[in-house]
Amino acid sequence: MQMLEDPNLIEVNYEFRKRLVGIGFLMLIGIALIALHWSSRTEYFSGIGLIVFLVLFLSLTAYAIWSVRTSRGNSLWADAWKRLLKNKLAVFGLGVVWFMVLLVAVGPTLVYWLNGFTPDYIPSGVDGGDRVRSFPPSLMHPMGTDDQGRDLLARVLQGGRISLMVGIISTVVSLIVGVSWGAIAGFLGGRIDNIMMRVVDIIYSIPYILVVIVLLSVFGGPNTNFLIGLIPVAITAGITLALLAWLGGRAYRRLKEHFAGRVRPGLLKVLMVVFALLTIAIIVEGMLLNAWMHTAFLGNIGAWIAEKFLASAGQGLSQIFLLFFALGLVSWLTMARVVRGQILSLKNQEFVLAARATGVSTFGIIFRHLVPNALGPVIIYATLTVPSVMLAEAFLSFLGLGVQAPYASWGSLASDGIKNIQIFPWQMIFPGVTMALTLFSLNFLGDGLRDALDPQTRKF
Amino acid sequence: MSNNATILSVKDLKTYFQTEDGIVKAVDGISFELEKGETLGIVGESGSGKSVTNLSVMRLIPEPPGKIVGGEIVFDGIDVRALPIEDVRKIRGKRIAMIFQDPMTSLNPFLKISTQLMEVTRLHLGHSKEEAYEHGVKMLEMVGIPDPRSRMDGYPHELSGGMRQRIMIAMALSCDPELLIADEPTTALDVTIQAQILELIKDLRSRMGTSVILITHDLGVVAGMTDKIVVMYAGKVFEQATTRELFATPANPYTKGLLKSVPDPAHEQGKELYQIPGLPPDVAHLPPGCPFAERCDRAVELCTNEYPPFVQINADHHSLCHFAKEVYEESKIEHSASLAKTKR
Repeated sequence: MQMLEDPNLIEVNYEFRKRLVGIGFLMLIGIALIALHWSSRTEYFSGIGLIVFLVLFLSLTAYAIWSVRTSRGNSLWADAWKRLLKNKLAVFGLGVVWFMVLLVAVGPTLVYWLNGFTPDYIPSGVDGGDRVRSFPPSLMHPMGTDDQGRDLLARVLQGGRISLMVGIISTVVSLIVGVSWGAIAGFLGGRIDNIMMRVVDIIYSIPYILVVIVLLSVFGGPNTNFLIGLIPVAITAGITLALLAWLGGRAYRRLKEHFAGRVRPGLLKVLMVVFALLTIAIIVEGMLLNAWMHTAFLGNIGAWIAEKFLASAGQGLSQIFLLFFALGLVSWLTMARVVRGQILSLKNQEFVLAARATGVSTFGIIFRHLVPNALGPVIIYATLTVPSVMLAEAFLSFLGLGVQAPYASWGSLASDGIKNIQIFPWQMIFPGVTMALTLFSLNFLGDGLRDALDPQTRKF
Repeated sequence: MSNNATILSVKDLKTYFQTEDGIVKAVDGISFELEKGETLGIVGESGSGKSVTNLSVMRLIPEPPGKIVGGEIVFDGIDVRALPIEDVRKIRGKRIAMIFQDPMTSLNPFLKISTQLMEVTRLHLGHSKEEAYEHGVKMLEMVGIPDPRSRMDGYPHELSGGMRQRIMIAMALSCDPELLIADEPTTALDVTIQAQILELIKDLRSRMGTSVILITHDLGVVAGMTDKIVVMYAGKVFEQATTRELFATPANPYTKGLLKSVPDPAHEQGKELYQIPGLPPDVAHLPPGCPFAERCDRAVELCTNEYPPFVQINADHHSLCHFAKEVYEESKIEHSASLAKTKR
């Protein structure tokens, strides 16, 4: 308590407060998401949930603008931000993306209030063919209706949620996996680098459409539960694997040191091979045990997760899950290459040697010293990954491999619309234009960030 | 050999680099000892293996292509070469600290100064965030940074080279190390700042009792700072003596050449500056004889054919030369002559 009264410690408390602000932020975002979920449950669109979400969303935006405005203008990020704001096109892109996120979040609820239509509501009592069900844009249906009579605006907004979600989730995967993979490969170099980058090359060479088709045909429908169940198994298996490999490596080194001077070199080699094989056998055994325990004690965990968390999503979402999986699988590859290149050029800098000389571990050097330095290109590339993944999703949905009705994404909406483009052009135009606008904006934003974070490459 | 007061003893250290051009013997059989609280200067031209010697001491040689192939490094009774790398990491930064040549590149440009200062003490002294912050402020104060609190939250690019070198020194000294290795700490700085930084190292050394290894190619820097000097050439120790003796009576033609090439603005105005002719040899392809023979003004056939012996002149004075004794005698005569001249 005495420490808190010391006026010299104000700065320290400031640091602590900053941490509190971070935690508070996460909580607010969580509350906002819950409120959003509440507001868009199809059984009852809750006005209170919507208002809570709106208030939080807008105040978070206001806080972001305020903190940028008042930040000390000397950090590299503040500089970059100023350069970004000078770029009209990038600001436009940022605005559109922000607005689109807000719109897809609150849109379906607003549409419900407007005309009582939910995205998957097919009005009954309307007889006849498509001609009767497909209404052109009107005050009640601002984007018209599709060939089943569903409100197109509600569907475009609902589809936007899925399209943006695919983009964001794949980008997060590419950030986590790609950055770690590339940074580790680049920094360690040598044989490890070679093996890791060949893995990337191999996955690169597999066309992702093939991956999606195989995934869909193997795991589509009820089998998705199996795939979902693999996630916890894979996570625990990964942890076990890492732990055993670490322990094994340590024991291997210790044993080698111990026996090095005592037995003949030939015998030593034989001993070490035997030990390595034993370790590998233990690791494999551990994996099998892990899988067995999951099935024996937890039963079909995938079905449980699906029932508990994805039940409300329904069968249509299992396809989306596979889509996330397939696009996540390929989206990190380029990121890994970009980061590896950055790290290769950074790792011979003197500050890395200086950090090593102060006793920082390899892990600390990679993730505390090198990755922040490579963050500029990473951010740029991540912003450009979002639209490219969204486009891939739209492409797959357009081919009928992605999201299935009654769920929609911009790609599947465009695919539905193109069948009737000559009679009901709005069914194609509205989802197409929305998607194009979003993709353009994201690309503008990515280009603006490149100019802002890497001013040397700017030619004029 | 090693008594209690010896903090670092390097014996017959050999660090080789595997290159396409063949094996480069960057350091080939270096030996020296450093007592507690003493300052050792390592002097030599670029590429003579000064830095590699000290990177070897901290086991910081990039492997591959480099490798410590032989010799012994004993730090305070610990055989550094035999230590597992995790244990070496506990010594780095805590017991042996290092300052680098270029302060412009040896601080991480993306991290705040506070982050970089706090990392060391949190790692080695187990400080909490708050303790580390306060310790960092104290260290900045100690190395003479004005307004340390506001500097803590700044970035390296806001500071001048001299300021950055002070921060490097603060970082190096924040765990109160027993040995400080300063690898050309003033080379990238201008002369006035140089003097300040040297004064700072000197001051901190006497206050904290740290042993210092000062690597430099500037004889003026070592003259006022060190107790002992090791002169290196082509990965080998050419001469080793106390500072006073080395400057007064060098026993090696290379050292003499080095001393002669220091410009003396007071006495030699208008005269052409002395320089040692030629360039240092390619350490990948050394001749069988003395590596300095080609550039030496007193080289005879023996020098190019036969590797010179490491001659002991007296207890603390060694020289690698066929004619070490003769050179020593010559220097003695010259020295007394110049003394007489200044007296008159």
